[in-house]
Amino acid sequence: MHMNLEQIIRIAQGEVVTKELSTDVNIHGGCCADLMSDVLAYTRPRAVLITGLTNPQVVRTAQVADFRAIIFIRGKKPQSETIEIAVQENIPLISSPFGMFELSGKLHDAGLTSYETNDSN
Amino acid sequence: MTPTRPQTEQEKFGRHRPLTDRDAHEINRIEELSYDLKVREVMAHNVITTSPEVPLASALELLRVNRISGLPVIEKGRLVGVVSLEDIVRALQKNELPLPVKNYMSTSLVTVKATDSVVEAIKTFSEKRLGRLLVVDENHNLTGIITKGDITRGILLAVQHDYKEEEVRRYRASHLFEDIVSDRTTLVLRYNIKAGDFTHGGNASSNIKRALLRLGADFQVARRCGIAAYEAEMNLIIHTTHGGILKLEVEPHKIILSTNDDGPGIDDVQKVLQPGYSTATDEVRAMGFGAGMGLVNINKCVDKMELESAHGKGTKLVMRIFISSETLNGKKATP
Repeated sequence: MHMNLEQIIRIAQGEVVTKELSTDVNIHGGCCADLMSDVLAYTRPRAVLITGLTNPQVVRTAQVADFRAIIFIRGKKPQSETIEIAVQENIPLISSPFGMFELSGKLHDAGLTSYETNDSN
Repeated sequence: MTPTRPQTEQEKFGRHRPLTDRDAHEINRIEELSYDLKVREVMAHNVITTSPEVPLASALELLRVNRISGLPVIEKGRLVGVVSLEDIVRALQKNELPLPVKNYMSTSLVTVKATDSVVEAIKTFSEKRLGRLLVVDENHNLTGIITKGDITRGILLAVQHDYKEEEVRRYRASHLFEDIVSDRTTLVLRYNIKAGDFTHGGNASSNIKRALLRLGADFQVARRCGIAAYEAEMNLIIHTTHGGILKLEVEPHKIILSTNDDGPGIDDVQKVLQPGYSTATDEVRAMGFGAGMGLVNINKCVDKMELESAHGKGTKLVMRIFISSETLNGKKATP
């Protein structure tokens, strides 16, 4: 099931880091990874990325792989360069207090579909 | 109101079946549009309403004049019910048309939010089997009304819009290559990548992807190229001595991405092609890279990959993507 980002933020008890970006975004599914190569190779477009990394490359990766938003786990806050690129590329950043497993479980329970793939393209 | 008509196939199987993770992979464009389309974008805004004290005969007249089949009932600005043609028929059978609307109106209200996606409305339609749904805002105030016809019209308009955008993109791309007459036209974009410049890592690939989209490339083609370019760009940043050049060559039938650097070169080319083989430092790994999957990923995204390297000399990586059509968007040419 698709979900609005605002609903995802409520479930994630998330704090929106990119205040200037709209969170009225339709999210088609979810993926989580800390390896950028995994994000690039095993995901489908228009999803939300759940990750523990906060460097600018995460946003670049998300942009190249067509993610619509990023959630940082365990209350992590990104550095200012990361926020800058996110605002420029219109990818909302959210910080959630939950760990990766717990947050993914909560979102999946609420009906968000997995947009991870395990096939070789 | 008890429904008497048999359930349609769609109501029985289609919409009630929960979407599994696997199904999500087969969502088509129309479904995608109906997820992105909001109720407020397709609903009727100017809703004709009535009040509880109005005689049913006047309500019937309103329905007849406006050629509609139902009226929301508003009392002191609040939505209190809905009166439909069926309710009035019931009143007619008992000869009670002079009675007020409140005696026959239905008060169990089925509503959707203006901010909901159209898919929510479609679900509610097939669950409740109603002809129309009331659209409300967060404070439960009536803001519109939506019928299945509105949804069909909205989706058709969105499809038409989508198609037009596609046309414009195709035109733009073919335009560039058709206006410039040569035996073989190639558009070349070059990006200088600095070694160790993690802060700007991915900028070139991001620009490559944007350029391809502007040239009319299909969304999936642009994504594949973007991913391959990104992995290759990070390899230049992580592994080279002096950085290198990332090059994009676009032709109507193919896209060639390549990187060139002057060292240090690769000892064993076969080894670096093995999934998981990595020489990256812990610092690089902490950034989410260097898992030994870069070249493997590139190989997955492109149609042909060639890697040439000699230790002490440098590395050349060529990635080709073929497009079996007249333009960049990957649509098969009609015979």
